[in-house]
Amino acid sequence: MAQFFPHSANAYARTSMVLVGVLLAGLGLMGDRLQRSPYVTNQGIRPEQPVPFSHQHHVSGLGIDCRYCHTSVETSSFAGIPPTKTCMNCHSQIWTNAPILEPVRASYRNDKSLVWTRVHDLPDYVYFSHEIHVNKGVGCKTCHGPIDEMPLTYQHASLQMEWCLECHRDTASVLRPREQVFNMRYQEPAPGTPVVFEGQKYTKQMDLGHAIQKAYGIRKAFELQSCETCHR
Amino acid sequence: MAQDSENDLVRIQTTKKDLGLTAEHAREKLSGARGPQYWRSLQELTEDPEFDAMMEREFPRHASEWTDPVSRRGFLKLMSASMALAGLSACTKQPFEPIVPYVQQPEELIPGKPIYFATARPTPNGAYPLLVRSHEFRPVKIEGNPDHPASKSIPQGSYPAELRWGVTDAQSQASVLDLYNPERSQNVTFRGDTRTWGTFVGAIRDAFGAERGRGGAGLRILTDTVTSPTLAAQIKSVLQANPQAKWYQWDAMNRDNARTGAKLAFGQYVDAQYRLAEADVVVSLDADFLSGSHFPGFLAMSRDFISKRKLDLAGGEGEAAKMNRLYVIESQASTTGGKADDRLPMRACDVEQFAGALANALGVGGSNGTVKDDHAKTFLNALVKDLQATRGRSVIIPGEQQSPTVHALAAAMNSTLGNAGKTVLYTEPVEIVPTEQAAGLKELVADMNAGKVTLLVMIGVNPVFDAPSDLKFADAFEKVALRAHVGIYHDETSRLSHWHVPMTHYLESWSDTRAYDGTVSIVQPLIEPLYNGRSAHEVVAVFSENPGVTAYDAVQSYWKAQNKGATFEPFWNRALHDGFMPNTASPARPASARPAASALAPVNDELEIVFRPDPTIHDGRYINNGWLQELSKPITKLTWDNAAIMSFNTAKQLGVKDEDVVTLELNGAKVDAPVLVVPGHPDKTITAHYGYGRTTVGSVGTGTGFNAFLLRTAERSNYAAGVKVTAKSGERWRLALTQHHHLIETKKWKEDVVGSSQVGNEAASRDLVRSATFEEWRRTPGFANEGEHQAPSRDLTLYGEDGYKSWVDDPAKNAAHQWGMAIDMNSCIGCNACVVACQSENNIPVVGKEQVLAGREMLWLRIDTYFTTPNTNDVSNPRAFFQPIPCMQCENAPCEPVCPVGATVHSPEGLNNMVYNRCVGTRYCSNNCPYKVRRFNFLLFADFDTESYKSRNNPDVTVRSRGVMEKCTYCVQRITSARIHAEKETRKVRDGEIVTACQQTCPTDAITFGDITDKNSRVTRMKSNERNYTLLAELNTRPRTSYVAEIRNPNPEIAVTPEDHGHTS
Repeated sequence: MAQFFPHSANAYARTSMVLVGVLLAGLGLMGDRLQRSPYVTNQGIRPEQPVPFSHQHHVSGLGIDCRYCHTSVETSSFAGIPPTKTCMNCHSQIWTNAPILEPVRASYRNDKSLVWTRVHDLPDYVYFSHEIHVNKGVGCKTCHGPIDEMPLTYQHASLQMEWCLECHRDTASVLRPREQVFNMRYQEPAPGTPVVFEGQKYTKQMDLGHAIQKAYGIRKAFELQSCETCHR
Repeated sequence: MAQDSENDLVRIQTTKKDLGLTAEHAREKLSGARGPQYWRSLQELTEDPEFDAMMEREFPRHASEWTDPVSRRGFLKLMSASMALAGLSACTKQPFEPIVPYVQQPEELIPGKPIYFATARPTPNGAYPLLVRSHEFRPVKIEGNPDHPASKSIPQGSYPAELRWGVTDAQSQASVLDLYNPERSQNVTFRGDTRTWGTFVGAIRDAFGAERGRGGAGLRILTDTVTSPTLAAQIKSVLQANPQAKWYQWDAMNRDNARTGAKLAFGQYVDAQYRLAEADVVVSLDADFLSGSHFPGFLAMSRDFISKRKLDLAGGEGEAAKMNRLYVIESQASTTGGKADDRLPMRACDVEQFAGALANALGVGGSNGTVKDDHAKTFLNALVKDLQATRGRSVIIPGEQQSPTVHALAAAMNSTLGNAGKTVLYTEPVEIVPTEQAAGLKELVADMNAGKVTLLVMIGVNPVFDAPSDLKFADAFEKVALRAHVGIYHDETSRLSHWHVPMTHYLESWSDTRAYDGTVSIVQPLIEPLYNGRSAHEVVAVFSENPGVTAYDAVQSYWKAQNKGATFEPFWNRALHDGFMPNTASPARPASARPAASALAPVNDELEIVFRPDPTIHDGRYINNGWLQELSKPITKLTWDNAAIMSFNTAKQLGVKDEDVVTLELNGAKVDAPVLVVPGHPDKTITAHYGYGRTTVGSVGTGTGFNAFLLRTAERSNYAAGVKVTAKSGERWRLALTQHHHLIETKKWKEDVVGSSQVGNEAASRDLVRSATFEEWRRTPGFANEGEHQAPSRDLTLYGEDGYKSWVDDPAKNAAHQWGMAIDMNSCIGCNACVVACQSENNIPVVGKEQVLAGREMLWLRIDTYFTTPNTNDVSNPRAFFQPIPCMQCENAPCEPVCPVGATVHSPEGLNNMVYNRCVGTRYCSNNCPYKVRRFNFLLFADFDTESYKSRNNPDVTVRSRGVMEKCTYCVQRITSARIHAEKETRKVRDGEIVTACQQTCPTDAITFGDITDKNSRVTRMKSNERNYTLLAELNTRPRTSYVAEIRNPNPEIAVTPEDHGHTS
């Protein structure tokens, strides 16, 4: 019987086998990239808000403490989103006619809540607690990034599980003294700029981190990685 | 697989045996026994092949198969569509979600933190004091009030003051579901058309205006039993202004007998309050005081009763140990009878005779009953001897459903024995105006028939459904010109009424109420009325000079009038904060009972029917509550139905078996009912629970059970002789019984390890439940752990250094806390409160009768009931044992290594974590769980759609979706929140700081939870008890949940031998 395929078919077959392999690997890689991309995680995206609230202006510009608005950050899992009343504390005095603030005034006038778009939105099966993080020396900036420099708020970190675990596996690398948690200008210890903790000067983050772990009784990595820490 | 099951099914049908034969078979099996045998049902005892097949399977037959009425083709279509959609949905990203702050945030609210409010759940028997957990002002979880004398828990002394908790009952736990039920009536209606409250008030005021001229002669108000001082005062003032008007109270489960009995004994209405903490001998004359809230003072009574059985508490260990003794003479099979040290089942009418004989023997003049058979005589003589020896430390409790004569006799006996003022106090009744309700209702019906009633207002009652059938209430009802009904649901009565007004739930409206001991609580609302409800106070105010008064104003002005002066504000705030007004308990009346002169009812020998309120849905008022419907009733383990409950012998005589349909006929009234044979039920009597068989109620309750009210008459409302039973051949009524679900396999093991599964092999039969008598325990305190079936050595593991040993012995891999639980079988009374508490706390869905039949019920905590017949082979009078089974949280958990996706993993604190978002539903874990505690979401059981139910869910617990395995977590959300609280203060979690939902609600403190590494924790102390043992220890699972073996204290003089035992018939 005559050869059905020409001899060159072998080459095509081999090439296509390799190509399929490469293609599959590429697709896998693409999928991997995609699910970590801002398209999926919303990292860095500034959703539209009823009022273009600027953390930059209020925090860096005016020096308002985080806790003035996010009142329950130290006492509850939920940091708290300020009621309209909090806005009106000042804005009944200043910028009283600014058109940009009309939704706020309308909300106060009509006793109807402002409907913001959630920027940091964890899946419903994750039970994150601000309370314990803030009380154990995790700074706002560690997760929320340079929020004091954001004219419009965006999500700094990916908020994916691997990102959470990075710290839970190695808490020493991010801890800072409790009184520095809300300090937006806090600098990690460095040879030139040491950080004082309990009377001791630290120039390396890891040294400081270990000292804080001990002083605050931070649970060990194997405990913090256990599923029930965040899922229940 | 499917083929197999079909064959199995055929086999079951052909192996169905005649029950009478089975009972004899059982006796035969037991006659070779050498020690106590524990069994869950007759089928187990007789080694029924059906039962064995069930034991071998992970779930009952068909649980894992597609049995819904959808064709194979339809199924494939559905699946392909859902697969396609699932694929698509994976490609969409999480949408942006809104976040909505307050305009003005309430000052006391910390978002994300619950707030607790004190309130009370009013019931006709007295209020249940509560502390309700509210998340963002949504009541989510009911707890007991820790300060209230009626609901404080036992360990008050052993914990610091800030770590106390209060206890509750199953109905209170479930009441929060009723609040959110979207099927509650939502609008004022006139002949079914929606109207406003204003129109209602106008219409009623017009009709009332016409009556006023003649002193309100045509006005009748019908309420349920009123325990609210304010409401009673409001109604009284209406009656004062309209002297011809009349007020009646009606509850199907009323206390007429107790009232009439009190009149006989004392010449006045009194409430008997039992102080069981002072009683060494407790005698129940058909009083089911351990079953639940249908018995007045249930919480305090069960707490006090069990406090005398806690051998490691006040009683003291070793020689100093003391224990009370419970004698139960009863006409049904109840948990009280199951817990009894000595139990005598008899027909309800015979109880009166027994009481007469007992009174006579104790020297109370006036009556003498006859006790027929020898065993009852032995029982009576031993009981008399015991009572004579414990004068002033004993108590005789008459059952609510027993005749007035029994109540009067019990009062006289308590006086004669010197118990009055010590173990029993007589106080003014809990209802503000005590009446004999059936007589009142009769009068009302007569007035209606005579055309005297022109305006009838019914508040919180459903007489068309639950009035005695011989009164023909519905017929008389039609003759009333204007009928207004106020109720939470549209019901049988509202359907026949002109006006219907939706009523508020107790969590929605202000009121006040009294607990069983008279202590007054303010009923504080936690939420605005969800469905335009109006409270009873507002409705009654329509008839006053001031029709616009709110419930809050009514309650506050009443108490202002009671507390004149400037001190009102602090008094009011204190009452709201504490949940009760201190020192308002009714004082004891010095009462001396006269010997009852009334003659005993003549003895009859006919078949008897006993009417009782349902153990879960009460008189039908909770029928639309899915939690209570799906709750297995104690002893019978029946869900979603009621049944004609009878004994083996009676069933044999009638020629019927389980699930047969019979027609019950009494006084010409007929009703069809399914048969259920229950171990321990007396012969020649049938128990029918009323409350089921409703026609107009929401989708949960409609069509469940049969209506026993059809047979119940005013004269014979508790039991009646002469019921005719005819079997309807060929008809079956499937009963969703859970007694055979989630069986722990012991038989196979017995065969493999012990070499024999024969009942009678002591070693094989003493594994899951272990108990001894008080005397045996005195001789061998370590009885629970005797024998060779102990856990193998820790080194015995296939996994070597990587296995469980690798972490359990390595401090570097262990967290600071190791959680464990000990369950005291001696304390568990099987009341089910923990089961509902768990359901409420952990967002456990309701699955429905069909799914329960398939074995797919989702409850994480179940109460396994075992029976045993000590010293006798007679299965008609067994003892019952209640064993709550949560997840064992095994250190060496069999479920963990078999999970292919690591969805169930061990935590460093010893919890067996279940990670829902990893689970792919292979069900290998549940297959490998020897304790059968894992539950699988075969279908989408959780309700994600109903808006109101979203608010009911506990926000701290994930709502599980279809295809996910779940199980008890030891309330990990509570552990986490306590741990965070402790960590903030850089300290360890204190003992008692974490209370699991089941532990918190338990009226008898049977469950202890804590850190087993802490030498001083209560759980460690419980576990170091010699009676402590673990289930299936020989499997080397090393469970963290352990059990403390039960001790019974039977009177040695009532030992029954097989030969001399006779039946009461």
